[in-house]
Amino acid sequence: MALPKVCGIETEYGVISRGFDSSPIVASSVLVNAYAGAFKQNIQWDFGDETPDRDARGFSLEDAFPPEVETHMANSVLTNGARYYVDHAHPEVSTPECRTATEVVLYDRAGEEIIKESMERANALLPDLHEIITYKNNSDGKGNSYGCHENYLVSRETPFGQLATFITTHFVTRQIYCGAGKVGSEFLTEKPDAVSYQITQRADFFEEEIGLETTIRRPIINTRDEPHCDPDKYRRLHVIVGDANMSEYATYLKVGTTSIVLAMIEDGAYPAHLIIDNPVSTIRAVSRDIDMSKAIRLTNGTLKTPLEIQFLILEAAENYYQQSGLDCVSSDDFPREGENILALWRETLSNLSHGGVGSFDTIDWLAKMRLINAYQEKNDLSPNDARLKALDLQYHDMRAGKNLAERMNLRKLVTQGDADTARTEPPHSTRAFFRGMCLQKWPEFVVSANWDCLIFDVGEGPLRRIPMMEPLRGTRTLTENLFSSCSTPMELILALGLEHSELTSFKVSDAF
Amino acid sequence: MTEKIRKSVSTPEESGAEVVEDISVGKNAHAENLKADLDNLLDEIDSILETNAEDFVNSYVQKGGE
Repeated sequence: MALPKVCGIETEYGVISRGFDSSPIVASSVLVNAYAGAFKQNIQWDFGDETPDRDARGFSLEDAFPPEVETHMANSVLTNGARYYVDHAHPEVSTPECRTATEVVLYDRAGEEIIKESMERANALLPDLHEIITYKNNSDGKGNSYGCHENYLVSRETPFGQLATFITTHFVTRQIYCGAGKVGSEFLTEKPDAVSYQITQRADFFEEEIGLETTIRRPIINTRDEPHCDPDKYRRLHVIVGDANMSEYATYLKVGTTSIVLAMIEDGAYPAHLIIDNPVSTIRAVSRDIDMSKAIRLTNGTLKTPLEIQFLILEAAENYYQQSGLDCVSSDDFPREGENILALWRETLSNLSHGGVGSFDTIDWLAKMRLINAYQEKNDLSPNDARLKALDLQYHDMRAGKNLAERMNLRKLVTQGDADTARTEPPHSTRAFFRGMCLQKWPEFVVSANWDCLIFDVGEGPLRRIPMMEPLRGTRTLTENLFSSCSTPMELILALGLEHSELTSFKVSDAF
Repeated sequence: MTEKIRKSVSTPEESGAEVVEDISVGKNAHAENLKADLDNLLDEIDSILETNAEDFVNSYVQKGGE
């Protein structure tokens, strides 16, 4: 049986400063510190378990350039179980581990609220006419890209090569509903105006089918083998090929469909004849085909459009659901998640086969394209007019009143109240609950935290380490009694049977 | 290239007759609402857009990521 699809999203935001010269690193640090300082959420991240150079294929390439772990920049863990930090030259929010696509959308929205609050707080501290602005997009239009990475828990037993081959077909074709849209080309050998509009922000930047890098020679399948949990049982599939979405429905479909396809691969239910022949050139071709009419070649020689391939994957998913159910993408809180994803998937593909009608308010690239075309037509602009590129950027502008996506009446899944609550409250059904509750209850005792452990200074004796190697333990069901019965972190450590858990001890109670 | 974009975007809304046959009345009404909202946005969008689009676009540079 497929593993429950614990999942999450990491979003790097574009950042600029106005009215003063500032490096993006400084601007990003000001944002993170403005937020973390205001909420006293300056718990440090523990880098002990980070191994971005480990390759899922079991070897390392001497000429590979894995990303370096940067430890000197602003970095905090929040009471909702998320991580908010400066990654290279961007503010980045990682959602807590979630059990369903619905919760990923909720915590991605909470991430947006965290970014907005950071801008407001930082800008209030800056002199007049000085401003830091962020954008939830993935490229600057000049060949520089930054990521919105998805993460999914998959079984270590599934052969990685097979998983990579099958999921690549989904990554290349899901663009037709996941793409955030982009004016122009940023592909190396092309002029920017070679393409007036394309479906995704990211397709121009992929040069390999598979590899370890995330910043150069980007691969469609990233092989970083850093599970942040028990490495004998689990992998974390680190997906770097997607766009950041403004549409909540697009994020929902992106995470929901990918979770289902991964479960099908784990259970041998993926239709094995659907393998794209040349994914690197095809991912660009699909992104540029806004009519979605060009057929792409499969390895068995047949030609199909991306929409036809998506319909075939969906049909296989519906059969999989009939035979095996979709508990792996649902939860106690969201028991019908699997059915809901399948229904929206079908509705969306059906709409796309009728020119997108019915999905103008759920698919980012269609919403942005309608706006750009209408503005171009109204003002009789040439396709190269800078105002069209400005519209593209401002679709993703995170300032209140300046965000054009907000003005396109995109359909909502999350209420403003729920997004605000999710800034501080963790999800219930993963270990993020335990992390978040410890940070809410005893922030002054938590020395550092990361995805798979917490380190406490209880005031006497050595630092105490609580390992969290199982993403599906530490949930509200398993630990809420601990939080009501323990009044100090030492009581918690005793209740967990971790009284001898100095930094190297791994005795783990039933809660984990 | 402009025409290529327009072709795709204008099909569903502006050539209403062929679309109406294919989609439900509710969906069509919803599409009409979206069209009206877009028209309203176009009327005020110049007050939302950056005043000097060219400078803004040229100065938007993001180096280093992921």
